[in-house]
Amino acid sequence: MNAEVKMLAPVVTDAGAQYVLRIGDACLVLSHRLSEWCGHAPMLEEDLALGNIALDLLGQARALLTRAGQLQAASEAQAPGHRQAADEDQLAYLREERHFLNPVLMELPRGDFAFTQLRNLMAACWLLSLWDRLRDSSDAEVAAIAAKAVKEVQYHQQHAADWVVRLGDGTEESTRRMQAALTQLWPYVGELFASDAVDAAAVASGLGPAWSELRDDWDAAMAAVLADAGLPRPQDTPHVYAGRQGVHSEHMGHMLATMQHLQRTYPGGVW
Amino acid sequence: MQAHDQGCGRLSAAWEVLAQVPDPEVPAISLVELGIVRDLLETADGVEVVLTPTYSGCPATEAIEQQVRESLSRFGTVTVTLRRAPAWTTDWITPEGREKLRAYGIAPPGRVHREGGEAGDGVQAVPIRLVRRPSAAVADPVACPRCGSAHTERLSAFGSTACKSLYRCLACREPFEFFKPL
Repeated sequence: MNAEVKMLAPVVTDAGAQYVLRIGDACLVLSHRLSEWCGHAPMLEEDLALGNIALDLLGQARALLTRAGQLQAASEAQAPGHRQAADEDQLAYLREERHFLNPVLMELPRGDFAFTQLRNLMAACWLLSLWDRLRDSSDAEVAAIAAKAVKEVQYHQQHAADWVVRLGDGTEESTRRMQAALTQLWPYVGELFASDAVDAAAVASGLGPAWSELRDDWDAAMAAVLADAGLPRPQDTPHVYAGRQGVHSEHMGHMLATMQHLQRTYPGGVW
Repeated sequence: MQAHDQGCGRLSAAWEVLAQVPDPEVPAISLVELGIVRDLLETADGVEVVLTPTYSGCPATEAIEQQVRESLSRFGTVTVTLRRAPAWTTDWITPEGREKLRAYGIAPPGRVHREGGEAGDGVQAVPIRLVRRPSAAVADPVACPRCGSAHTERLSAFGSTACKSLYRCLACREPFEFFKPL
């Protein structure tokens, strides 16, 4: 933790930095939701698993937030009065809700165990496809982060897939819960594949793919698991959430209050 | 490890020191045996150590940096550089390191990259795949580090650290950890 954290909400305006930050925030927010299972998972092995997955995601988030801060600073370098790059801590702890750019899917409260595993599967399938392409990013740092993360997320995907099959094809109660989770989560899927000007800029600069390119991979991976689990694929819904543009659900502010309050109460506090 | 061959006395001495620094999470093997020390260079006023972290979120990363600085302090100013690419792979764990893991009770990881391919070159395609795993024991036998039996089963995909999973030997009945291939 930086001992000289400035109490100044960093705002990321550069398109490239925003593209990186969207992914970093997705990892950060999902990591936080998974960390809430610490000491609460239905068995010790799952406590370890969810904690380890949260840790991987946090490590990926730290690297991406750091890079996003650097890209933002580079974009301001020519402007008068430009400031130093915001570091990972400033970006995680001092931004306002509207400046977080994660898809809404990641911020939803952790729900029950079926909900958590299904969301982990959705996120892992999406991240795997994204990391795989980001290994060819024109930004060498992003490419290096992706080359590492793509190996880690395969373990996350396998673990979540095992649970979705086990619960979906399990008892009457576990099937009911997995079915309920599917119904509840599916409306948030569309945002993972919606493209906009930030994506277009990333494609133009070679920074990364448009998220819309990831849909086919995701559909194929999800279809394989859902078939094994005996769960029907829900119908797509027309509404597209806009967490990527900073418009969040009512849950986000509460989550941030928990995540940020220590740093905001004791600015620059360190362990 | 390239610097091993460069015959510089100071650097050789520094390598010897690093070879004695244990990994904080798996103290049975050294940082060098774990394969995370990628380079050691002489600088104007000391040495530069290039480290490649194992997992993105490994909480030992800072502790490792600290240990490297302390252990090499007699060589002058110690600069620690983190190099992300190519990404660390368990293929970089040395043969001696694997044997020490086994003796310590941790089954060493199998090879990630085939012979002939360059380990951790960072460009090898990772296709989207879901490994069909009817049973961990059948699809991917892991030999018990104690009795050597391949008759083992996985208890948990994730273990006490991100790099390990938990197994049990069905022959000698002992539980053990398995260093996951990455």
